[in-house]
This record gives sequence, C-alpha cells and structure tokens, in this order.
Amino acid sequence: MTAHGFMQIGLYLAALLGCVKPLGIYMARVYSGRGPLKRFVEPLERLLFRCGGIDREREMSWRQYAAALLMFSFVGFLAVYGLQRLQAVLPLNPEALPAVSPDSSFNTAVSFVTNTNWQGYAGETTMSYLTQMLGLTVQNFVSAAAGMAVLVALIRGFTRRHSPTIGNFWVDLVRGTLHILLPLSLVLAIVLVSQGVVQTFSRYREATLLEPSVNAAGKTVTTQGMAVGPAASQVAIKQLGTNGGGFFNVNSAHPFENPTPLSNFLEMLAILLIPAALCYTFGEMVGDRRQGWALLAAMSVIFLAMLAVSCYSEQRGNPALARLGVDQTASRQQSGGNMEGKEVRFGIVNSAIWSVATTAASNGSVNSMHDSYMPLGGLASMWLMQLGEVIFGGVGSGLYGMLVFAVVAVFIAGLMVGRTPEYLGKKIGAFEMKMAALAILLPCAMVLLGTASAVSAQSGREGIFNPGPHGFSEVLYAFSSTANNNGSAFAGLAANTPFYNGLLGLAMLVGRFLVMLPVLAIAGSLAAKKIVPQGPGTLPTHTPLFVVLLVAVVIVIGALSFFPALALGPIVEHFMLAAH
Amino acid sequence: MSKTMSKISSVDPQILREAVVASFQKLAPRVQLRNPVMFAVYLGSMLTTVLWAHSLATTVTGESSWFIFGVTVWLWFTVLFANFAEAIAEGHGKAQAASLRKTRTSVVAHKLTDHSSRESIEVHATDLQPDDIVIVRAGETIPVDGEVIEGVASVDESAITGESAPVVRESGGDRSAVTGGTKVISDWLIIRVTSRAGQTFLDRMIAMVEGAKRQKTPNEIALAILLAALTLLFLLVVATLLPYSIFSVHVSGQGKSISLTVLVALFVCLAPTTIGALLSAIGIAGMNRLSQTNVVAMSGRAVEAAGDVDVLLLDKTGTITLGNRQATRFIPADGVTEQELAEAAHLASMADETAEGRSIAVLAKRRFGLRGRGLEQIKPHFVPFSARTRMSGVRLNGHEIYKGAAEAVETHIRSLGGFLPEAVHTAVRQVAESGGTPLIVSHDAKVLGAIELKDVVKGGIKERFAELRLMGIKTVMITGDNPLTAAAIAAEAGVDDFLAEATPEAKLSLIRDYQKGGRLVAMTGDGTNDAPALAQADVAVAMNSGTQAAKEAGNMVDLDSNPTKLIEIVSVGKQLLMTRGALTTFSIANDVAKYFAILPAAFAATYPALKALDLMRLASPASAILSAVIFNALIIIALVPLALRGVAYRPVGAAQLLRNNLLVYGLGGLIVPFIGIKAIDLLLSAMGLA
Repeated sequence: MTAHGFMQIGLYLAALLGCVKPLGIYMARVYSGRGPLKRFVEPLERLLFRCGGIDREREMSWRQYAAALLMFSFVGFLAVYGLQRLQAVLPLNPEALPAVSPDSSFNTAVSFVTNTNWQGYAGETTMSYLTQMLGLTVQNFVSAAAGMAVLVALIRGFTRRHSPTIGNFWVDLVRGTLHILLPLSLVLAIVLVSQGVVQTFSRYREATLLEPSVNAAGKTVTTQGMAVGPAASQVAIKQLGTNGGGFFNVNSAHPFENPTPLSNFLEMLAILLIPAALCYTFGEMVGDRRQGWALLAAMSVIFLAMLAVSCYSEQRGNPALARLGVDQTASRQQSGGNMEGKEVRFGIVNSAIWSVATTAASNGSVNSMHDSYMPLGGLASMWLMQLGEVIFGGVGSGLYGMLVFAVVAVFIAGLMVGRTPEYLGKKIGAFEMKMAALAILLPCAMVLLGTASAVSAQSGREGIFNPGPHGFSEVLYAFSSTANNNGSAFAGLAANTPFYNGLLGLAMLVGRFLVMLPVLAIAGSLAAKKIVPQGPGTLPTHTPLFVVLLVAVVIVIGALSFFPALALGPIVEHFMLAAH
Repeated sequence: MSKTMSKISSVDPQILREAVVASFQKLAPRVQLRNPVMFAVYLGSMLTTVLWAHSLATTVTGESSWFIFGVTVWLWFTVLFANFAEAIAEGHGKAQAASLRKTRTSVVAHKLTDHSSRESIEVHATDLQPDDIVIVRAGETIPVDGEVIEGVASVDESAITGESAPVVRESGGDRSAVTGGTKVISDWLIIRVTSRAGQTFLDRMIAMVEGAKRQKTPNEIALAILLAALTLLFLLVVATLLPYSIFSVHVSGQGKSISLTVLVALFVCLAPTTIGALLSAIGIAGMNRLSQTNVVAMSGRAVEAAGDVDVLLLDKTGTITLGNRQATRFIPADGVTEQELAEAAHLASMADETAEGRSIAVLAKRRFGLRGRGLEQIKPHFVPFSARTRMSGVRLNGHEIYKGAAEAVETHIRSLGGFLPEAVHTAVRQVAESGGTPLIVSHDAKVLGAIELKDVVKGGIKERFAELRLMGIKTVMITGDNPLTAAAIAAEAGVDDFLAEATPEAKLSLIRDYQKGGRLVAMTGDGTNDAPALAQADVAVAMNSGTQAAKEAGNMVDLDSNPTKLIEIVSVGKQLLMTRGALTTFSIANDVAKYFAILPAAFAATYPALKALDLMRLASPASAILSAVIFNALIIIALVPLALRGVAYRPVGAAQLLRNNLLVYGLGGLIVPFIGIKAIDLLLSAMGLA
C-alpha cells in the first residue's frame, strides 16, 4: 500500500472521529427534548402528534413501547408492499414499470422496514419513482429512526431508577426523524447534487454511442439508455440511516449515485457518522462520557483490524494472476492489487474502506462488488456482519447490539472479580442474561439454519452460480447479511426467487424484531432497578482492560459460531488459491 | 466442628470411594436432566454408543469401530467425571453432616408439669412442642433449641462450635439461647422450647452442609442461562455443519460428509463442559468452605450476597473495642509525682470490683509494682460508689481518698475549701476530647491528678478494616457513646464512619438509608434489640452466643461469635463467584484450540487445503479428534481441586483482579489446550493407537 493509501485512511478516520463529539452532543440534546432546532420543528411535531392523537407526555412500559414499534413497522410493511403491487396504476411511473411480483414485494417491504435494504431487485428496472420515494425512502428514514428509538429506550433503562416506563415510542421516532435524519440528509443531498448525483422526475435518457458496438446477438447497438430519477434524496438517507438500498442496481458504484472523489468520501463518512456519534450520545446520556468512548474504542479496534485485513488482501492482489506474470503492484499509474469488481476511479483503498465500513455498520451500500474480493477481503466483510452488526452497526441497532454484548462481558467480568455483575450501576440478573442470550443467539441461529436449508434444498442450490467453496460463501454471505440487517450482497446468487425472497425475508424479520424485543425487555427490566453506587469493588467499564474484554467477547462469540462455516467458505478458498 | 472438619481432606479415601460409586449412580436420567450442559453430553454419549453398536453389526466399511469406541468411552468418562466432581463436593458435606448427626442421638427430656414445684415427667425429645418447659440438669443434654427462663449454667457447646471451653447460659439478657444437642456441665437450666424437633438449629445445619436444601442462587441461575445458550449455539453450529459438509462434498467432488461420531465429538468439545461439569461442585464446595470457618448460612443466596456487601455495620463494644473502659494513664497535678497519684488511686480502687476499678489497680501494678497492702494493718474504711456522690474511695487514719467523675470530685473538694488546679482541668478536657473518660483522684481537699480511662481498641482491628476497605467495603461503627467519644474511637480503629448515640430505631433507619442508596448492608449482632436491624440487613450474621431472636433474624450464624468473621464470609462469597467466572472463561477459551484440532481433521478428505489450519500438526485425523475429546474429559478432573478450593481471592480492587484472572484463565485457557491436545496426540501415536 502506498503512503497515499494510508493518508486516505487517516483522513477518513480523522473526519469521522472529529464529528463524533458535536453530533453526539446534538443527538443527546434531541432525545432529552432540548434539540437546538426545536423552534423550527416544534410546530410540525405538534401537528403530527395531533393528527396521530398522541399524548407526548404519556410514558410507555417496555411492552407498550414494543407494541407501538411492531404496529408501526407492520403498517410500514403494508404500505411498501401495497405501493409495489399497485405501482402500475399509480402516478410518477414514467417508464410504465409493471407491478412487482408478490414474493419480491414481500422481500423488499420486509427489507426496508427492517432497515436491512437487501435488494433482490434492480432499482431502475423494477421500481417506479413513487415507490422509490414514498415507499423506500420513507422507510429509509423511519426504520432508522425506529432503531435509534430502541437505543434511546435502552439508555433510559440504564439511567432511570425504579421506573416502570422507558419513554414514548412516537416521540422518540418523530424526534429522530425530524431533528437528526432529515436535516442531515437535506444537507448531504444538496452537496451530492452539487457533485453530480441526479435528482429528477424526468424519463430515462437515451444517448447515442460515440462508438457503436455489437451485442451478443450480433446486432449493432448505437444508443444506450441511461436511467435517472430522484436519486440524491434517497442516496443521502441510505448512507446516513445505514440503509444502503441503492437507487440504481449497482448502488454507489454508479456514477449517478457517486460521481466524484468528494461524493465518495462524504458517502463513506455518512455510513459510520451516526453510529459512531451515538456512542458519544450514550456516554452523555448516562452521565459518564468515558463509557461512550470505551464502546467506540472497542468498535474501532475491530473495525481497524478488519480494514487492515481487507486492504492487505486486496492490495496484495490475486496469486493466480501473479503466476501469469500480471503486474499487480501499486504505482503512480495504477492502484494495483485485486481490481476485479472495483471502480478504477476509487482504487483499492477507497473500495476497501467502503466495503469494511458498510459491513461493519449495517449499511450494505457498495461502491465495489464484494463477490470479487479476495477470499480474505470477502471474509472480513462477511465476518463483520456475523459479529451481529455491533461494530458501529445500524443506527441505534448497532449500539444496542453492542450494549447487549457489554452486558455479557460485564457478567463474565463481574463473576471474575467476585461480585454480582453490574453495568452502569444496574445489576445484571437472570432475566437480563436470558434476553441478552436471545438477542445474540437468534440472528446467529438464523444465519446457520438459513444457510443450511439453502444448501440442502434444490431450489436453494439452483441459485448458486459459482462452483466450489465460493458458491457456499455466496449463500453464507446472503444469510449473514439479511439476518443481521446489513443488506449488502455477495452477488453471484440468483436471490430473486420465491425460495430466497421468502427465506431471506424471514431472516430479516428475525434479525430485526427478535433482537429489538429482548433489548426492550432488558430496557424495561433495568429501568425498574435501583442504581448501585460505584465503589472500589465495582468493576470499571471505561478502562482499556474492559475494552479488551468486550472486544474479546464479541470476537470469541462470533468466531466460535461461524468458524466452521467460514472454514468451508472463504478460509478454504484462500488456502486453495494460495496452494494452486 | 472446625476441628472435625479440617480433618476431612479432599483425598480422604472413604470420600473418594463413595464419590466413585455416586458417579455411576448419578447416571440416572432424572439426575442428568438437572444440568442442561451435561445432559446434552449424556445424550451425545448415548448416540455414539448406538453408532458403535451399529458399526459392529454392519460390515459396510465406514468409520473404524475402534475410533467410535474410543470417542464413546471418553464421552462417557466426560459425564462420569462431572458426576464425580459433584459427588466429591457432596461427600465433604455429608462427612460434616455425619459428624453433626452423631450429637443428635435421641435424648430423654424432663418436661416440667408444674413450674413451681419442679415436678417433671420424662418425655422423648422428639415429642416436645414449642412453649413446653423442660429442666436440664448437670450432665444432661439439652433436648431441643430453647430460651433459658430460669437458672445459670455452664454449657459445653463443642458439638456445634468445636470450641471446648464451656460457655455460660442464663436467663434474660443476650445469653439466654441454648441449642439442642449441647450439654449442661454444671448447675441447671429451665428452658422454654422454641422449636419443634426436626426443625432445630442442628437440623438446619445438617441440611445445609448436606446440601439437601440447596437452591440455585441468582448468579448461578444467570450463569446457567448463559451456559445453556452457549450449548444451544454449539448444537446449532454442529447440526448445521452436516448439511454444509454434504454440500461441500457435492461441490468439491471428493471426500465424504462429516460423520455423526465426529459431529458429536465436536459438539462435546465445544459445549462449555468444563464449567458445566464443575458448576454444582463449586456451589457445594463454597458452602463447605463457609462451614469450615464455623459459619452456618441459612441459604446459598446469603453467601453470594456476602460477596457484594459494600457497607458493614459493627457494634463498637465487643467488636471494635475490648468492651470495657480501662485505665491507661495517670496524669499527676503539679507538685505530685505520678507514683503518689498511682498509690492514691490504687487505694481508692481497692474495694472497687468493677472492671474499671480493677484496671486502675492493674495499671498501678504494672507501672509501679504496687500490690494490695496488708489491709488489716491500716484498717481502711471503704466508701462504695453511689449514684448520688458518683465517687468511691477509702477513709483511713482520718484521711479521705476519693476517685470519681470530674464534676463530682470537684464539688466534693470545693465543699472542703479546695480547688481544681488549672493543669488538671486541662487534662480532664483533653482526655474527654480524645474519647476517654477522665477520673479525678483527691486526697482530702487536694487534687492529686487525673486518671485516663479508655475504651481499648482490639489489636489488629485497624488492619482488618484496611483490608475491608481494599475489598471495597465501608465500615460503620455503631455505638451508644456520645459523638465526641465515638469520633475518637472511630479514628483510632480506622473505621470509615460511625453512628453515635445509636438506638435500635436509628440503626434500622441507617440500614434503610444505605439500602435506598443502592448499597448492600451487612451487620453482625447478638442482642434481641439487634433483631429488627438484622432482619433488615442484606447479610446478617448473628452470633451463636446471642439470643434466639437474633439468630432467627439473621441469615447466618457465626458459631465462634467472632464479629470480624464477616471478612472471611465476604471472601468465601467472592471466591464462589470468581471460581465460576474463571472456569467459564477458561472453558470458552478452550474452544479455540479444539476447533484447530477437529476442523482440519473432519474435512481432511473434502478439502485437503484446510490442513493449513492444523497448527498442532497432529498425527492423524482420528488421533486429532480423539485427543481433543480426551483433553476435554481430563481437564474436568484436573480442575476438580480448583473447584473445591476456589480461586484465591486477594483484596486488590476489581480492575487488578480482572486483569489477573483474565491472564490466568483467559490467556491460559487459550494456550493450555494446544499443549494438552498435542501431548495426548503424541502419547496416542507412541502407543500406536493413532
């Protein structure tokens, strides 16, 4: 890797860490009802609450909170499903795209409601502008806000004592959307438009080719259709809200979604921006910022390690090509390394940063094709998802997932220092352990069982394009991505079939709601407890030692769960490639 | 009991023999079902047994029967070793219980039919009802627990406490409780029965040490959930590996899919069997360790809570100080030598039989070698202490020597025309401010000087409090003294805080305040007036010498009646949790090496490239899998002593403890199995079995 490459990584990290504190403080104020934009947003909030008949002073128990969340998500699911099925007769459909098939509609509706944004379809040839804007983009906002709401409810669980309630879901949802996601997206969308990201309601364009070509059928092709649409508004939130569902099929590798180095940098920054800043928000809200920094440090350690693996394996290039005498060294003329599936304008480092960031966070947007990564590069992305999307993770969901791991880490550590385990003054008992175990176990189980059914069933095997371990990796990747609500794809898998649409849809539902429910249950249980004051016998949870322990727990659980599966996919592929 | 107990060592052949037998008895499914981790191993062992039988019956060349047999045998050993660990821990408890039970031989009681005439009938102890009145004479055994309502006697409680020196039991006050199974040595007692036969203190103790009433503690339940979740996770990992393997064989076109035997072996190696096997042994051993310190806990929950205590309330008298004020210093007035003062004080105290008076004589003797003179020669007339004069002294040869409270003596000498010298006045004030009690000695109208009486803080107590502070426990002294005195003693003893002029209500509300602040409060007490506070405290240690009410209110009884015993109790509680945590960490860390042993072996035929993962360079696939299974079984036996002994606890702060234990059990857990599995593999190859 060149010095230039290191500088780009350094610049990216510096910009990210620089934003953590200001945005973190801002979000903490928003969720405490002291948002600086209150003056402008308040009238709109009032209107919304009045229309919805919501009393914003009314606090909810964790069960009520969960019920509201589930109901809201279900209504969102119906809306997105309906829009796709009816888009042929609805306005804003200049290309006259037909209704989407029932199984694909189901899959896509689940995908966007669960903040996964797995795409079994190709945007420009499937979805009308109305479906994209009113269905998908709306869910991009509210599914992100719902994830953040659950996190805030969990934080209240830590800060409240003897409280039967954990906040009001509607208030948290609206605050997250109007105060945080909307203003940030607005700014980002405008900057992206300035860089050349398209934003239009007009029909697709037709361009005359400078050099006519001959297609596979032997016909001479002189024109090319160019899909356009209201992309910038959707791209901004898909990056900020860890959604990742591209407007176009190739996502942010498309020049109309990601035209310049600046747009690439900003979109990459947007992936981790909110998840990283939420760590600070957490510290701020629990009254001990060091706690937030510790979690951010734990996330960063694993992120950097995986980034190193990815950069190293991609820049090293493909040994099979090396044996053919292909020059894969980085120089002023070429970025070198394994460039299959990567945009030349982004090169190795910016592709690697994106692939690691998008899988660390449960974003899932791509600017290069993960299927074409070297086995170890693909392993880095896949494993980051399998860790449960807790390394930054989804907005809200990443941090609450990490807090579940922190509860487990505190439990083991607490026993080892001879005290009933406590985290932030809350004793961790059998109920919390039960819920934490569920939240960690269920997505793991879904990945393992989903992959097992896909490689066993005929309809599952039919979708696999690649031979050998790589074919297995594709299936494993698909279930790792959906069951952890990431949404990125390894490609090479024909997933738009009833079998995969159904099973992957189920995986997304399990990965989202069967984690949220235990988390809310923990929030409710913790809120009702007293707070034990700190003493010399209390295990400090802001120290490097605890960070190491937390990292170890995340890695060990992730490694022990997926090592056999990974061994049969990317790991054996790596050794085979090296041995040939 | 402590003496009998310490004799029961872990290598007692009798216990070992019984434990081996019990390991097999515990193979009953009903027993196995109690422990989900080991139950899964149990089922796996049954499955491989069937596979082995099948492999013998069929001629189809699959896996070698010898390999399946080897795995099966070691899986059964894994189950047996877990049973053995539990059995040996229970064995220790049973041995303790047996020695207690010996004292509970059937006793004939003399039940009073008429209280005034002391007429009694003989009844069997088991027929006694609460509120019956019995009389116990010298040489007889007290039939059941009760309260002394009349009489004073010395009682031999060695059966319970292991302490051979008899104790005094008498009606009223804080020494009225007697325990069934103890023996009256002198005099007689009339006792009101307080508990039914079979529910006496001794019965409860036997039940506790036997583990008959053992319930899982909250932390144990939480840990069991974590372990069950891990077991389930690994079950899924292993179960899904079969379709993965079939698919891999399909796409690679070589090798055979992973066999059931290997899957079961992998599962057993991954499941947290080490901690799962030792979990109940750790709990039982914790209770045993507690009884070895001569404390009987009424529940395991209380022991665990002891590890969490952050505030400890201690009575000043008898706990922090020796209990009696003692003379520590003579402060002579100007123109008087210390010896003159000492002589006068000695004279004035000669007939004073109180502890304070005696301590003045002792001090005089120690400083100047003064002894009681021939009292007949000087014909003294002793003036005893009276509440009115608040002085005591002696009149001889027309002179009056008095000692008494400062104000009292001052009034007395003023009436004789004397005065209190300024220097003595200052000394008096200083003594009072430093927490002592000043007395003044006068000779007729002349003040000779002052005597300082002080509560003497027990030796070594300051160090124990420092130790508690390192454990993160705040000590609070409770005393009826005025705040000034209390502050001085608190400073001298090194407690963190004190409650002066304490009433039972003040004690109770202090505990409630701490609990409201989220703290866990421990206290020790013996008196009936301590009972409400004991009942409120989270960990309440009643002294065995205390009243029945105090013992009922507490959740532990200290047989030695040593209030600083709480330090040991806290240590045992912490050790219990630490041992569980350390072995959990160790168990999980072990899995890494087992993957590296088994996976390359299991897929050797399908994907030979995975040989690169075989870091240990094991002899053959069969030997690799067998070595991992054998290591997994042997490590249980190897860790039994640690489970019984407990991980050592040192009061060094939480972060330091975590660092040490993570290094030893986390890092150790990663490395040890690599070495162990390799060693077993070498041994197997050397024996030609691999």
